[in-house]
Amino acid sequence: MKVNGQTQPCPALLTVQALVQSRGLDPQRVAVEKNGHIIPRSRFAEETLCDADTVEIVQFVGGG
Amino acid sequence: MVLTQKELHDALSGRHGAAVQAQLDRAAVGIAGLGGLGSHIAVSLARLGVGRLVLVDFDVVDVTNLNRQHYTMKDIGIPKTLALLEQLEAINPYLNYETYTERIIPANAARLFAGCDVVCEAFDRPDQKAMLIETLLEQQPKTPIVSGSGMAGFGSANAIRTERRFGRLYLCGDGMSDVSDGLGLMAPRVAVCAAHQAAMTLRLLLGEHEP
Repeated sequence: MKVNGQTQPCPALLTVQALVQSRGLDPQRVAVEKNGHIIPRSRFAEETLCDADTVEIVQFVGGG
Repeated sequence: MVLTQKELHDALSGRHGAAVQAQLDRAAVGIAGLGGLGSHIAVSLARLGVGRLVLVDFDVVDVTNLNRQHYTMKDIGIPKTLALLEQLEAINPYLNYETYTERIIPANAARLFAGCDVVCEAFDRPDQKAMLIETLLEQQPKTPIVSGSGMAGFGSANAIRTERRFGRLYLCGDGMSDVSDGLGLMAPRVAVCAAHQAAMTLRLLLGEHEP
């Protein structure tokens, strides 16, 4: 699969939640798009990924 | 002195060009959060003469806001929506301002910003930024969102930039400088980030989609 433009292997049944956490990111501070569609945080734990998927993860930084 | 609507509009058209001004007259922009980012974005867009501005914030002006937000001492204790509205009406009283003094949540975000050509995310907390962006990207399938992320501290202003993600999410900031790392929010970089957001919003309103 492709994550933020970089190809990486996708373990079986990898969830969005697990991917986000494996990158050291806080699921409460990120927005995730899978194949061009936004994945709500409420679905991170159930949404699984496969090798054909393209994932974009944006982490937000506090302050405004 | 108070200018008539025609006098002010003629002056804007003279500076911006009649064709550009006609596009801005018809434009609608939402601003979510009226703190350091949102208050400055709103002032920029009012000076541009953006026809309709939807301004949303639940909070009142506090003494801790004065180091970076577009308010003054006399505004302390007043809802940010009302304190900002007063300033915007002094800049251009002929625009259509809509203010909502309420918290933005997934259940009301799409309704509050219905009809907006662009929405600026100008919250403080990162989880709130993520909430608004996922909600609007899901519920408003065409609206571009211009977000602020990473402007704390006194690092180089040149590190603040605009990046396009997800097709129609524009991220302004350095992406790193986080208030939770103990960095304070200070007027210059907050204003630079707000100016990036206003500049990207202007570009989108005029049909330019790249940062």
